Amino acid sequence: MSHLLEVKNLEVKFALRFGDITAINDVSFTLDKRERLGLVGESGAGKSVTGFSIINLISKPGFISKGSIWFEGNEISKYNDAQMREIRGNRIAMIFQDPMMTLNPVFTIGFQMVETLLAHRNISRAEARAIALEKLKKVHIPSPEQRLDQYPHELSGGMRQRVIIAISLLSDPAIIIADEPTTALDVTIQAEIMDLLQELCETDNMGLILITHDLGVVSQVTQKIAVMYAGKIIEFGPTDQVVHNPVHPYTIGLIGSIPGSIPPGQDLKQIPGMMPTLTDIPPGCAFNPRCELKQDICTRETPVLMEKQNGIMAACHMK
Amino acid sequence: MFAFIARRIIQAILVMLVISLVGFSIKDQIGDPVRDLVGERVTPAERAEIAEKMGLNDPFFTQYYRFVKNAVTKGDLGRSFLYNKPNLEVILHHAPATIELVFGTALIIIVISLPLGVYCALRPRTFLSRFTMSFSTLGVSMPVYLTAILLIFLFAIHWQVLPSYGRGDTIDLFGLGWWSTGLLTIDGLRHLILPCVSLSTLMLPLFIRLIRSEMMEVLETEYIKYAWAKGLSPARVWMVHAFKNTLLPVITVFGVQIGIMFAFTLLTELVFQWPGMGFMFLEAVHRADISLLIAYLVVVACLFVVVNTVVDILYGFINPTVRITGTK
Repeated sequence: MSHLLEVKNLEVKFALRFGDITAINDVSFTLDKRERLGLVGESGAGKSVTGFSIINLISKPGFISKGSIWFEGNEISKYNDAQMREIRGNRIAMIFQDPMMTLNPVFTIGFQMVETLLAHRNISRAEARAIALEKLKKVHIPSPEQRLDQYPHELSGGMRQRVIIAISLLSDPAIIIADEPTTALDVTIQAEIMDLLQELCETDNMGLILITHDLGVVSQVTQKIAVMYAGKIIEFGPTDQVVHNPVHPYTIGLIGSIPGSIPPGQDLKQIPGMMPTLTDIPPGCAFNPRCELKQDICTRETPVLMEKQNGIMAACHMK
Repeated sequence: MFAFIARRIIQAILVMLVISLVGFSIKDQIGDPVRDLVGERVTPAERAEIAEKMGLNDPFFTQYYRFVKNAVTKGDLGRSFLYNKPNLEVILHHAPATIELVFGTALIIIVISLPLGVYCALRPRTFLSRFTMSFSTLGVSMPVYLTAILLIFLFAIHWQVLPSYGRGDTIDLFGLGWWSTGLLTIDGLRHLILPCVSLSTLMLPLFIRLIRSEMMEVLETEYIKYAWAKGLSPARVWMVHAFKNTLLPVITVFGVQIGIMFAFTLLTELVFQWPGMGFMFLEAVHRADISLLIAYLVVVACLFVVVNTVVDILYGFINPTVRITGTK
């Protein structure tokens, strides 16, 4: 039984002047229909690069150096650009981080919606406009007819993110990849957008990959979590298990540092140190310089992702 | 949109007033109009009488007011001592030559810089891009008169394929008597080539570089990355999404530069003996024809302001954010 999306041993490198840097190292995960997966990690952990590599839009000079990506039974990592364009925005849609920067300022909302449809389907402009209107209604935008003829700067940030969600819904995709969709928004708007995404995934049978640094958001929306650190998945499992019984010391630290996870009056936990830059990842376990449980083996051997407890896989020697 | 246009036009009128005031104020600094008019052999008493009759003893602002009033109501910008004709007539007679020169140059700049600039932005590592970039540095650093002389030497003297001076055959347009055009005869067009090419060498590299760097910047933006993520074709991403955003700053600069070019024609007109306004201006300076100089300043300023206003309004059509702030 094949999965909707399967990422196998993905490795992404960036070709720099002084040699290649590995940004994504041996990342594998699957996503099934109607499933919602969270990719969690600090900035620079490689979660956005993972998301972009699925639709083969890694910023230059990055490239997929190893592994494969399978979508609906096809190896899309082997697709050429023309084949890939039929996937992008059509079967796999993406939502970007900052809605203020995502829409082209000089075109109307309607223009940017209609062109997306026309790029993928053989329909008339009027039909495309009708679909655009329908999707705008679906994301609960007030007076949608009027929005079609407005420019992005006439809309608020939350409104724009709704428009972008509407754009991603246009051709009823199988998967939505949302790259920090609420980071640039107010907290109240954040919850609305997350609820909307969750609702749409359920009504429209879509898979969702939610990329975020916010464990709180992930735990509300997703069924599975992959925690990334320095380009690797270090813990992977069902959301409630990972949130309540995390295995990897890094995940434990992350969850301990969320306000609310600890009784009032007690200090929040903090993971000492910083994530290593990709140019000097320590030998062995990349997390070892910051780890409380560190032993000799941690600096010698790189731990592999293994079944630990309650369906959780983790990459740690000590657990 | 209407309010936006009205605002731009009011601004243009204000700018014209300031420029004409500055231009008019040089009147008392150079030369003596009475001497220019009647020569040396008139007695001081008669001179004083003429000066009084001409209103030269009136306060500065009275004279300025009269100047503006005549200019606006009668289109009268004074009389040239040198040509002994109304200034406006003299300038209008010379204007078509300069206007054709400037617009020919603008056409060359647009036709060459747009595709080249875009190409250099999209394919920065190719040989053509690198060649264009280094060659454009050379173009910027070469003064117009040098390029012009070089072009004359090569095309007019060495290969003898193009004429080196004058406008060639011209046709009188609309029977007006002053609007002669070289655009409708083969000979006139041939005469336009070298002056336009040499005038464009100065601005062309600037525009290639401007378009290239603007486009490269736009290509790095989030909305372009999003356009790719929507599955649009490269042609659409580059020529619709990136191109329109690239044009915004380019249009502004283009407007200003077209205006500046009217001033830059001076050297080109001199080298090619082009009977335009720049050539006329140099003559007026030589003979200290102040009346004509002031009129020239006002006319050139007017051209400058009109071009800029048109460009601003055009910009409002392309950039929706400008339109909004304009109506508030």
